[in-house]
Amino acid sequence: MMATISVGLRHKRRRERLRNLAFLSPWLIGVSVFFLYPLISTVYFSFMKYDGFTPPVWTGLKNWKYVFTDYPFFWPALRNTLWLVIVMVTLRVIFGLGIGLLITKVKTGAGIFRTLFYLPYLAPPVAATMAFAFLLNPGTGPVNNILGKIGLPQPGWFNDPSWSKPALTLLAIWGIGDLMVIFMASLLDVPMEQYEAASLDGAGAWKRFRHVTLPNIQPIVLFAVITGVIQTMQYYTQPLIAGKVASGVIGGSGQQFEPGYPEKSTLTLPQLVYNLGFQRFDTGGASVIALVLFALAMVFTAFLMRRGSGFLATDD
Amino acid sequence: MSTLTTSRVDSPAATPGLTTAGREARRTRFLNWVAVHTLAIAAALFFVLPFVFVFLTALMSDQQALTRDLWPDSWHWENLRTVWETPGFLTWWKNTLVYAVLGTVLTLVSSIPVAYALARFKFRGRNLAMMLVISTMMLPPQVVIVPMYLFWAKQLHLSGTLWPLIIPLAFTDAFSIFLLRQFLLTIPKEYVDAAKVDGCGDFRALVRVILPMAKPAIAAVALFQFFYCWNDYFGPQIYASENPAAWTLSYGLESFKGAHHTNWNLTMAATLLVMAPVIILFFFAQKAFIEGVTLTGVKG
Repeated sequence: MMATISVGLRHKRRRERLRNLAFLSPWLIGVSVFFLYPLISTVYFSFMKYDGFTPPVWTGLKNWKYVFTDYPFFWPALRNTLWLVIVMVTLRVIFGLGIGLLITKVKTGAGIFRTLFYLPYLAPPVAATMAFAFLLNPGTGPVNNILGKIGLPQPGWFNDPSWSKPALTLLAIWGIGDLMVIFMASLLDVPMEQYEAASLDGAGAWKRFRHVTLPNIQPIVLFAVITGVIQTMQYYTQPLIAGKVASGVIGGSGQQFEPGYPEKSTLTLPQLVYNLGFQRFDTGGASVIALVLFALAMVFTAFLMRRGSGFLATDD
Repeated sequence: MSTLTTSRVDSPAATPGLTTAGREARRTRFLNWVAVHTLAIAAALFFVLPFVFVFLTALMSDQQALTRDLWPDSWHWENLRTVWETPGFLTWWKNTLVYAVLGTVLTLVSSIPVAYALARFKFRGRNLAMMLVISTMMLPPQVVIVPMYLFWAKQLHLSGTLWPLIIPLAFTDAFSIFLLRQFLLTIPKEYVDAAKVDGCGDFRALVRVILPMAKPAIAAVALFQFFYCWNDYFGPQIYASENPAAWTLSYGLESFKGAHHTNWNLTMAATLLVMAPVIILFFFAQKAFIEGVTLTGVKG
């Protein structure tokens, strides 16, 4: 009697394990072939001299030394990344929250406003960057035209090293729709009673925002900041296209484009992987950059998971 | 997941017009309304004007596009046809569509069972698996591109095609798993239990009971994946650049700018034609989109 029960149980467990394996198999294959294997491979290549044609040769820490000391693009890219994290991410969060607040207060035509605010976020990055390269074109662009008409200075935008990152920031604020929606949802979740209680205590608009709104949406602000930082680690298409268009290099399979135009001001880490691996045929150097990028992305992802806004929640 | 409404019901106003306090309150409310909507219109201009300028320039003559003018002297609708008839443009269009449609279908088919298992089955290492999913979701694609390119190009000789971008999606996509799992956690277990009592297996219960309930999340994942493929530039740059017959719209648009580098009007017409499909798609599927964005991490 006992025996049959335990055999039945064991049988059931084995069936369950097979079922789990069956359901998870596409991901198990995917994560092994397209993540774990290439990651280990990248570590291996970071210690090798390999141009993609002749067999790889072991060189120890030479690639690492080269990237950190002799590769002229590394430190500028890191500095740009820091600038983008401090300025672009902060401004995107502030404006995202502001637009989110605004849209919750709009009573007339809210649907239309929401759609208009959201649309730019959907524009493909290449197309959006191309549009801004035209809008901010120092000579013929409409923005400088209008600035000139009202007597304001006309920056060189994507052609001026001190203005290229602000121009990219403008493009990033234009595509703020994703943050707007997230903030909107969280603002509507703030309990109404708390606002009413604050009003009865005689709190004005600013005090209500400071003591009711902010504490309630704090986790979402943090979520927006951390995901913003992670997105900065992936920032590739916009700075590359902006640099290409502004420098006047013929795109497609034409001449080689040295990234970072003007004067390394638009370099980001992902571009370095392409520059080293696919333009200079330096697999080793590209692998070092890839690992630096991996380490940075993982640090911030760990932050996100620690805060865990329900990420790892289970049903039990 | 509640549907989002942007305005709240106001508390009933004080009896209108009878007391000075009531009048005062109504005046404040009116001034508030004016302030909010003035701000909203100003913000709307910032978001919309870039599209307007792109559109106006796209319809200018070649000569006028070289000037600082904002408004076309004459409307050159034929610019759109010129772009449309550019050699290769239709091929880029077709390639982008194949990449986006195939990619979306493969992502859905492979990710739904995985998301369901991560949401509902109990097994050792489930949290570790979830951490791996989130980590790969946050990973810049450049991190693994070097060995991946060597794998597709040297071992399988598939560079110059889009297959290296499509095939991996048959083995799930981390972001899609994540989003679907977040939604599936909100569906009460009792539904599945009931189906099992009726003699359904796990797979049948998923297909018959859960999928119909998860339609909004599935629509959101499909849209996000479609947009990701449509917008992807780095992938085609790595794998398709050597073969113009495999270029996508995003990659081709850049070369179009190179070939017409003095013609902002044609470049902007091409830019409009690349933007148009996603914007039209959004109008048809607005709700699914907005729900998807809110699912991504705010509702723990």
